[in-house]
Amino acid sequence: MRDVGRLIKMDTRILDEFRSIVGKDGLITEPEQLHTYECDGLTNYRVLPTAVLLPDTTEEVQGVVRVCHREHIPFVARGSGTGLSGGALPVKGGIVIGLSRLNRILKVDIPNARVVVEPGVLNLSVTQQVAPRGYFYAPDPSSQQVCSIGGNVAENSGGAHCLKYGFTTTHVLGLEVVLPDGSLVHLGGKTLDRPGYDLAGVFVGSEGTLGIATKIILRIVKRPEVIQTLLAAFNSTNEAGAAVSGIIGAGMLPAAIEMMDNLAIQAAEASVHAGYPDCGGLLLVELDGPTAEVELLMEQVKSICTSCGAWEIRVAQSEAERIAIWRGRKSAFAAVGRISPNYIVQDGVVPRTALPRILSEIERLSAAAGIRVANVFHAGDGNLHPLVLYDGRVPGQEQSATELSFKILELCVQAGGSITGEHGVGEEKKNFMPVMFAEPDLETMQLVRCAFDPEHLSNPEKVFPRPRLCGERQGIHEPHPLEIAGVAEYF
Amino acid sequence: MLTVSNSRVQTEIPAAELGAIVGAEHLRPATPADAIDGIQPQWIVEPGSEDELARVLQWANSHGVHVVPRGHGTKLEWGNLPRQAELVLSTLRLNRVVEHAWGDMTATVEAGCSMAEFQQILGEHGQRLAYDALWPERSTMGGILATNDSGSYRIRFGALRDLIIGITLALPDGTLAKSGGKVVKNVAGYDLPKLATGSLGTLGVITQAIFRLHPLPQAVRSLSFSTSDPTSMNEFTLAIQDSKLAYTGLQIRADLNDSPCLDVRFEGTPAGIDAQSRQLLSLTEKARQVETPPDVWNKRQALWTGKEPNLLCKFSVLPSQLGALCAAVFRASELLRLTPRMVAQGLGLGLLRLEGEEGSDWLAIIARLREELNLLEGTLGILHCPLTVKSHLDVWGPVGDSERLMHRVKDQFDPVAILNPGRFVGGI
Repeated sequence: MRDVGRLIKMDTRILDEFRSIVGKDGLITEPEQLHTYECDGLTNYRVLPTAVLLPDTTEEVQGVVRVCHREHIPFVARGSGTGLSGGALPVKGGIVIGLSRLNRILKVDIPNARVVVEPGVLNLSVTQQVAPRGYFYAPDPSSQQVCSIGGNVAENSGGAHCLKYGFTTTHVLGLEVVLPDGSLVHLGGKTLDRPGYDLAGVFVGSEGTLGIATKIILRIVKRPEVIQTLLAAFNSTNEAGAAVSGIIGAGMLPAAIEMMDNLAIQAAEASVHAGYPDCGGLLLVELDGPTAEVELLMEQVKSICTSCGAWEIRVAQSEAERIAIWRGRKSAFAAVGRISPNYIVQDGVVPRTALPRILSEIERLSAAAGIRVANVFHAGDGNLHPLVLYDGRVPGQEQSATELSFKILELCVQAGGSITGEHGVGEEKKNFMPVMFAEPDLETMQLVRCAFDPEHLSNPEKVFPRPRLCGERQGIHEPHPLEIAGVAEYF
Repeated sequence: MLTVSNSRVQTEIPAAELGAIVGAEHLRPATPADAIDGIQPQWIVEPGSEDELARVLQWANSHGVHVVPRGHGTKLEWGNLPRQAELVLSTLRLNRVVEHAWGDMTATVEAGCSMAEFQQILGEHGQRLAYDALWPERSTMGGILATNDSGSYRIRFGALRDLIIGITLALPDGTLAKSGGKVVKNVAGYDLPKLATGSLGTLGVITQAIFRLHPLPQAVRSLSFSTSDPTSMNEFTLAIQDSKLAYTGLQIRADLNDSPCLDVRFEGTPAGIDAQSRQLLSLTEKARQVETPPDVWNKRQALWTGKEPNLLCKFSVLPSQLGALCAAVFRASELLRLTPRMVAQGLGLGLLRLEGEEGSDWLAIIARLREELNLLEGTLGILHCPLTVKSHLDVWGPVGDSERLMHRVKDQFDPVAILNPGRFVGGI
C-alpha cells in the first residue's frame, strides 16, 4: 500500500480548530514533516496522513477526538511507531494523533506494586523507574528501549518473558480511555474485580480500534532472588526442540525459552557479536526464582539439553554475560539487515508440540521458493518469528517473499495456532483473519467495535477484513414466508 | 438504588417447540427448588450439544423468553433479582473434557464439566488448572467463568481472565462464536474470553473454554502465623509481598474472637521449599508461627456455613488497605452488633461474612460498609443477603463512568435482553 504521494487537504477551518486545541507546535501539516508518520515499523505499507496532532494532555486528546467525531474524520493513535503489523499506519484522509508528549510517569506505588503512566512512556522507563526498589515491568518486547506503553496496550505486546509472566494484558489493571466520541471513561482500576464487564481486558490488544488510552495503571513484579541464563548449542532446531519438550515435560516453567537457527545466529554475530556458537539450533533458557530451586532445576535443564544432543552449554556467570546473551537475541530482527537488504518478520503461533513439523515445512517452502528464511522464536510458547529475506531491487522478490510469509501463517493456522502472537493483525494481516476465524466469529467480535465506535472512526480499516455495519441489529425473529409455508428452516 | 417491582410479566412457554429441539426427555417443568431469588421459572431445558443450545437460545430470543443459564447452580444467587426468568438453560449435559493437549499444556472443556472432574483428568498427566474455586465438586467451569470466582492461587497464577485462552459463546440470535484459540500466545482479534469472564451470562452462554495449564507441584507446604492486630497483619503481608519469596498462596483469616492469621503456601522442590520457609521465618518479627489448620485453603468456602440472617460480601481494596479494612469492619461490627468473619487474599480481594440478628437493618449496614470501602477506594459486592433486603438493593454497587458503555455492549450482544435480565450491574 503506497498512497504516500497523495496528500488530502483538510478544511482550514478544522485545522484552525485543531491548532487552537494543541497549539501551533502541536499540529503538523507540512508534507515533509508528515512523511515521518507515513508508516510504522512495517515500512512497506505507507499512507500520508492529512495532519498529525501532538496533544500534551488528556483534555487535548479529548478535544481533538471530539472534532474528529463531529466532522467524521478518521484518526489513528500512534506511540513510538515501532509496531510491526501496520497498526499505526495512517488512514487516507485521516489524522494521526501522536502520543509521545504524554510521557509522564504519574505515580509509583511500591507497596501495592502499581505504577500509573501516560501512554507515551517508554516500556523500559517503567522498569528503570522501579528497579532501585527491586521491581520490574514484566512485558519485554525486543523493542522495549523505544516502544511505548500505549502501543504495548494497543497490541497486547509480549516478549521473551511472557512465557512465565504473561502479556501486557496481565499487567494492565486499569485504563483512562478517550472513546471515539470524545467522552472519557475509566475501565478497570487500581483494585481488582471492579463490578461490570472486563472492558479493560477487551481494550488491551484492540489495536487502537476502540479509542485512545490516556492513562494506564500497570502492575509491576518483584525481581526474583536469582536469574540464571543458559545457552545450549545443538546441531539442528529439531534437537533443540526436543530439549524444549523435555524441559516442559519435566514440569518446569522457565522465565523464557528462546531458539534461533543458524541463519539468525549468523545475523546476530555479524551485528552485535554476541559470541554465540556456530550451530544449527541455539537454545536460550532462563530460569528465575528462589536460589535453591533454580540451581537444582538448572542442573536438570543441562542434563536434558545434553541428552538431546547439545554439544556446548554455557551458563552466564555474571549479569554482564546474561545481558550479552540476550543482546544477540533481542537484536535479531535488526541484525538480519546485515545479511539481507530487505526482510519480512512474521509472528505466527503453533502449539508447541507442532514446532518440529512446522519448522521442517518452513524449510521446504523456503527451498521451493528460493527465498531464505531465518528463524528466531519464543520456543516455550510456540511463537515463531520467521524472517523472510529478500532483495527488493530484484523484480518479483518482494511479492514472492510476501507470499511465502503468508504461506507460513496458513501453516500455523492449520496446526491449530494463530496468525499473530504479539505483533497484532493491523493492516498487514487483516485479510488473514477469515483463515483463522469463521464469519460468525468475526461478526461477533465486531459487536464490541459497534459498542465502542459505531461510526468506525478510531483506526478504521484495521484488524477486520470488512467492517460490520453497526446499524444492523439483531431482534425478535420474524419468520420468513417460506418458513411459515414449511419450505425452509432457519438455522 | 435499584428497586425491583414484585409484579413481573412472565411469558408463557410453548413447551412442545422447545422439546422438539432438545428431545422431550430433556425438558422438564421447573420446581420451587429451581427458583432464582424467589422468581419461579417455568421450564428447565438441558441441551445435549452446542448446536442444540444455540437453537434453544435462538428460539427464546425470537419468542421473547427470558433465559437463566445454569450449571450446578452453586452461585445462582450472585447477582440482582432477575426481572424475568421463564426458562432455565442447564449446561449439565455439556460436560466433557474435549481435549487435554498435555504436551502443549492446554485443555478444552465444556461449560457443564465440574472443576473437580476437570482437575482429575488434567492430573492424570501431572497438570492442573492453577485455580481454586468454591465447591469444586459441583461448580461447573461455565459457572466459575461467568461469576469470576477466584481463590488463593490467583496471587501467583493470575485470575481466570489470565488462564483462559479461548472460548465458544452461544449468542441469543443462535450464533456460535469462537474467540481466542488453542495457543497460549495469540492476539488475533478482540479478546472475547475476557469479556465473557465475569459477565454473569448476560452476553451469551459459554459452551466451551480453553485454558492454559500448569504442572502439578512436586511438593507443597503451608505455614500459618498469628499477628497481634490488623495493622501488624497488614505489615507482615506487605513485607512478604515485597520479599523475593515465590509463594503460591497468601491468605488472611480474621474474626472477632482470635488474632488475625496469615497462611503462606510454597510449592516446588523440597529443597526450594525448605530454603523459602527459612527465609519467611526470618521475616516474622511481628508474627508468631501457629499450627496450620487442616483444610486451611478451603476456609473461604467455610464462610457459607453459620447462623442466619447473614450477609456475604466480596470486597476489593489495595493490598496496603487490608489492615484498615479489617479494622473498619471490626469497628462497624461492634457498633452494629454483628459477628464478622473474613478470608482475604494478599492481592486485596476477600470475602466477608457478617452474622446479624432478626431486625438487623441490613440496608443501613451495607450503606455503612460501602462508605468505608469508598474511603479506601475499594468496592463491595453482595453475594448473599436476606431476600427481603435484596429487592431494595443493587448488589454490585456503583460502576462509575463506564456504565453507559457496558449497556451499549449488552445491547449489541443481547438486544432483546433475554439473558439474565436485570441481574448484572446497572440493571443490565
